[in-house]
Amino acid sequence: MTAEAYLVRRNVNQPSSGKISPPRLLGRLDMILTERCNNNCVHCYINLPSGDLDARKKELSTDEIKNILKEAVTLGCMMVRFSGGEPLLREDFGELYLFARRQGLKVAIFTNATCITPDLADLFARIPPKEKIEITVYGMKQESYEAVTCVPGSFAKAWRGIHLLQERKVPFVVKGALLPDNKDDVDEFEAWAATIPWMEKLPGYSMFFDLRCRREEGKNRSIMAVRATPENGVKFMTRRKEEFLKDQKQFCSQFMRPSGDKLFSCGSGKGGGCVDAYGGFQMCMMLLHPDTVYDLKQGTLQDALERSFPACRNTTAVNKDYLQRCARCFLKGLCEQCPAKSWAEHGTLDTPVEYFCQVAHAQARFLGLIGEGEKAWEVVDAEQRIEKFVNS
Amino acid sequence: MQKHVILESIYKPSEDVVARDVQGEFVIIPITSGIGDGQDDIFTMNDTGRVVWDHLDGKRTLKEIGLELSGNYDAAPGQVEQDVAGIVQELLNKNIVVEVPAV
Repeated sequence: MTAEAYLVRRNVNQPSSGKISPPRLLGRLDMILTERCNNNCVHCYINLPSGDLDARKKELSTDEIKNILKEAVTLGCMMVRFSGGEPLLREDFGELYLFARRQGLKVAIFTNATCITPDLADLFARIPPKEKIEITVYGMKQESYEAVTCVPGSFAKAWRGIHLLQERKVPFVVKGALLPDNKDDVDEFEAWAATIPWMEKLPGYSMFFDLRCRREEGKNRSIMAVRATPENGVKFMTRRKEEFLKDQKQFCSQFMRPSGDKLFSCGSGKGGGCVDAYGGFQMCMMLLHPDTVYDLKQGTLQDALERSFPACRNTTAVNKDYLQRCARCFLKGLCEQCPAKSWAEHGTLDTPVEYFCQVAHAQARFLGLIGEGEKAWEVVDAEQRIEKFVNS
Repeated sequence: MQKHVILESIYKPSEDVVARDVQGEFVIIPITSGIGDGQDDIFTMNDTGRVVWDHLDGKRTLKEIGLELSGNYDAAPGQVEQDVAGIVQELLNKNIVVEVPAV
């Protein structure tokens, strides 16, 4: 018997220590606890009114969520991410959070911080989530913030929540959403973000907004109106040019090749998935196409991960336009085109999304990978172009 | 102040950690703050540590555990006792186990 190296400390994100084991069936689980939100942001793809009684009635019960978490643990899950809507709107949030932690799960939380109370902040301090809380900040001034959230008083509530976490040293990071109403706050936001001890890099922004995941046409029009144009988006992304180019060279050296007719070239539904507020198990947070959503009220996470999702992942494109363009396009890595985006925009899995195509082409033009007017799917010397860019 | 293990004492896993078998890997996950040093710390245990952990049932002294285990290993009871004490000392230092007060 020897006590040598019997106990090893490791970061929860590190792979397992030395043992050869197959990948976990479920490494991480996303849970949309509610689609309701107390903000009413115009750009958001998932925010029902906080008082929507129909939505509330349909939501999974506390016990149903606990049972899902229990099964997740038996499948090897180490982390659950609670998001929404605004997950803290659920009255049982504290109970669910504690339950998840007591199951040995690390808990990630996506929130707008407006519902963080002293009690909840105390709970996070006493029983840490073991993952930095992610807060979206919609502006640095009441006027800009509330122009985005459309809710009077939301600015003060969000900052109170942030201060409660700061006072208790509960680790959190912030991210932004870039909109016409708050674009002038960027410098102030970044200067403040740099003072947050847990921020390891500059905050990320959403600006190429997704359409409503449940396909609501009226709201989609509002979202389209505030999306960054491809040119403005690229201008913003590349404002720190050297840093951007360095990142892109690394990225392009690994992820730039056509995906062919296979629709799921990402990792969705593989080792993870997203439980929606009503018990649907999605391959990813955005993909709500009914052919791909598994009903957990009639089955199990395991069945979905072993049988249903792998079958979906084998789906191939049939749309001629997709086969002509996306399947042959070497900008696949830069482009947000995916079955989920196709679903949100067109109600199919394989229709090219013009907006994301334009964004990818604008990026590629900036990087010198294509010229003005060139279509990436028509390029025949893609490998040489990538090599030239990466080594420049 | 560091607490020292006593062979005649009884120890059990803290209620503030969760131990899980994740695909053949034994993992100890702190629940409350004050266990481990970092935000993302978890601990993995090798098979030897796992054997000792499984015996920390809050009923047997370390001496009794050492004696029982020495029957399973080709080692003198005194040596096994020392190994068990070493393991439990490390766990105690990190607040992963607690001493059960004598009745």
